[in-house]
Amino acid sequence: MEFNSRVPSGPIENRWENHRFEMKLVNPANKRKYDIIVVGSGLAGASAAATLGELGYNVKCFCFQDSARRAHSIAAQGGINAAKNYQNDGDSIYRLFYDTIKGGDFRSRESNVYRLAEISLNIIDQCVAQGVPFAREYGGLLANRSFGGAQVSRTFYARGQTGQQLLLGAYQALQRQVAAGRVEMFTRTEMLDLVIVDGHARGMVVRDLVTGEIHSVAAHALVLATGGYSNVFFLSTNAKGCNVTATWRAHKRGAAFANPCFTQIHPTCIPQAGEYQSKLTLMSESLRNDGRIWVPKKAGDSRRPKDIPEEDRDYYLERIYPSFGNLTPRDVASRRAKEAVDAGRGVGENRGGVCLDFRDAIQRLGQSVITERYGNLFDMYQQITGENPYEIPMRIYPAPHYTMGGLWVDYNLMSTIPGLHVIGEANFSDHGANRLGASALMQGLADGYFILPYTIADYLARTEETAVDTDHPAFKRTEQEVRERVQRLLNVNGTRSVDSFHRKLGELLWNQCGMARDASGLQDALAKIPEMREEFWNDLLVSGAGKEFNQELEKAGRVADFFEFAELMCRDALDREESCGGHFRVEHQTEEGEAKRDDENFAHVSAWEFTGVGHEPVLHKKPLEFEYVNLTQRSYK
Amino acid sequence: MQITLNVWRQAGPRALGRFERYTAKDVSPHMSFLEMLDVVNEELIEAGKDPIAFEHDCREGICGSCGMVINGVPHGPKPAITVCQLHMRSFNDGDEVWIEPWRAKAFPVIRDLVIDRSALDRIIEAGGYISVRSGSAPDANAIAVPKSIADTSMDAAACIGCGACVAACPNASAMLFTAAKVAHLSKLPQGQPERQQRVLNMVEQMESESFGYCTNHGACQTACPKEISIDFIAYLNRELLTATLLG
Repeated sequence: MEFNSRVPSGPIENRWENHRFEMKLVNPANKRKYDIIVVGSGLAGASAAATLGELGYNVKCFCFQDSARRAHSIAAQGGINAAKNYQNDGDSIYRLFYDTIKGGDFRSRESNVYRLAEISLNIIDQCVAQGVPFAREYGGLLANRSFGGAQVSRTFYARGQTGQQLLLGAYQALQRQVAAGRVEMFTRTEMLDLVIVDGHARGMVVRDLVTGEIHSVAAHALVLATGGYSNVFFLSTNAKGCNVTATWRAHKRGAAFANPCFTQIHPTCIPQAGEYQSKLTLMSESLRNDGRIWVPKKAGDSRRPKDIPEEDRDYYLERIYPSFGNLTPRDVASRRAKEAVDAGRGVGENRGGVCLDFRDAIQRLGQSVITERYGNLFDMYQQITGENPYEIPMRIYPAPHYTMGGLWVDYNLMSTIPGLHVIGEANFSDHGANRLGASALMQGLADGYFILPYTIADYLARTEETAVDTDHPAFKRTEQEVRERVQRLLNVNGTRSVDSFHRKLGELLWNQCGMARDASGLQDALAKIPEMREEFWNDLLVSGAGKEFNQELEKAGRVADFFEFAELMCRDALDREESCGGHFRVEHQTEEGEAKRDDENFAHVSAWEFTGVGHEPVLHKKPLEFEYVNLTQRSYK
Repeated sequence: MQITLNVWRQAGPRALGRFERYTAKDVSPHMSFLEMLDVVNEELIEAGKDPIAFEHDCREGICGSCGMVINGVPHGPKPAITVCQLHMRSFNDGDEVWIEPWRAKAFPVIRDLVIDRSALDRIIEAGGYISVRSGSAPDANAIAVPKSIADTSMDAAACIGCGACVAACPNASAMLFTAAKVAHLSKLPQGQPERQQRVLNMVEQMESESFGYCTNHGACQTACPKEISIDFIAYLNRELLTATLLG
């Protein structure tokens, strides 16, 4: 397996500029000769497809939803970061770069992150010009807020619906290209395999989710913008359809998977209410600005939280982290909540949550101020739990939310398979071991509008153009394999539903590869996953047929891939004998219980090569070099 | 709780549909409506029957995927939410519930409660955008937008494209959907250059799909999970008249 990171050298602030000059261009008249496939229509996919179409390429864009507008980017609430320094509070490209590297616990590439910070400026310009209705001040200029513990106000937002508005901007740009005939949109179509011809990614096999037809699509290059894999845990804040299938199948065809154990657990979600729970709902992290987090001091305290007097409450974040208090970063806040619940000090159903209490804030500021700040979130909470958070403390618990790991890409966002590009959450590149709030939207749009459209041209211009169509034997072979796999799922004809298996897998991973991991738990999971996978293939029951609209069959394919992927995630977590960002190994902590990084042995990206299901994958360690940022221990005391 | 369900089952666009009766047992009031359907589906699957097909994705009221008519009301009995945000505590033990897909000629049934809403995408394609090439935008603060205008634009932009407005309308008109997009873009300074062409093209597309005409019933506004106001329809009509006269 060949790795060439293509990271440019020279002063960091000139790298992208110089690299853009050095990259080859495709002559405008030749662009229409190139077919490009984009899989996924979220922020990264829609913005890439729209931009590539606008440039003159023939673009085919695919999504499994019924419209490009429904991709899961739509659910992002908080905002998008950009180093505009409109608030004159000392922000700069360099500061955003620095914060992102540090926030990622020094496990991302300096060059990529610097480029991201640089491009953040263009993104806001682009989105405003498209008509994204960002929040504004009375003077008519853009408003900002601080987010996720940042010391500057660099977050742009559109009420609590920033992701929705940015996605609609990208979706509208995409539909404009559809109307112009530059992009062909395939909704309700799922990628099921990648086709490689002479070592290059040249197409894919898809299933039409309405008719069930399986067919191939050929192109000169592909772009995967298929999001993250949090749903491996079954319960997460991701939309139900989010899956690892596209990236996993690309991995099986030769794309290295990087840092799969880097998952982010979001601290402020509504706890699970029962066995039937289908997903977890996130509430904006901004609640921690005024809410105080506590649990009863005594384990097993059965009084209602409201009735527990002050002296019996433990405001544990304020106690352990006096300077950051309730605003400690996501990974720290999540882990401490788990600790409290594991010790039997949780509240609510099954003692599965911690209190987020607004009593003091309401006393201090008045209920109307709290309503103004968080009214919609309070309504949402009451809608879901039936409890009034103005009177009863909210109950919250962490939930899987985002995955920093993904397919390995070079500086050009190309995977280890020539021609296969990976953008947005699906790649591993920018967030290291922990993503900062309001940075996911930034990365998706940076990749799609401003990076990939340049870098893919370089690939196309440097690669000898050969005509390949779907009659090529490689397509026929892959199509046949996909058909057999689909048939195999239908043929098991066992007794249990897809969800019942997925739920079990999720439980195992959440307990043993979730917020806190240790060697024995991971080894145990690695022993159990293959057994569970076998059970899945022996006792699965998928109703209906292959050649029809069949939601159970769709789910079955995705869960089958989660069963394979889960093993890699645990293996990576076991191999990384350190704690960093969202990856907390119980064996590696300071005396105060903080994550203990091991820069000497683990300042690298773990890129895994597939060798077969159930076979040990090959690990390639790609060292991370830090020329600009000093590696320090994060401290929030 | 125990709930009796009458669910519309239809194998495909051309197949005949019918209501089928199911019993949802041991329903917890904390369940969402879709989780209640999940449990019913689990039982159907394990009994070797076809589960009820319904559309859903984010399950937090923003993606616009879900939608069904519950006892005659799009998205069910509670105002200002989507069906995925509806919880079973809004029902009583022993209730009988009727569940149907969106009924509109422009939204053919794909299977059971799943419908084809691609007509809405085509309305956006016709002009629901501001033409701006990637990379060609001026500085974001170069144009000041009065806060009140930005706020109104955002009110309209909150549309999730679920199609409840069409389902609620006795004429199955997509006027509120179209109006919301026209208002979102045409209220903003950035939307001015294409203002007239946009409204003409979008309305023309809407009329060429199988939607009915708007006769100001206002049922759309009541059904809208995002509470989008029919004032935007008045705005659309004004825009259309101006563009027609000037064009």
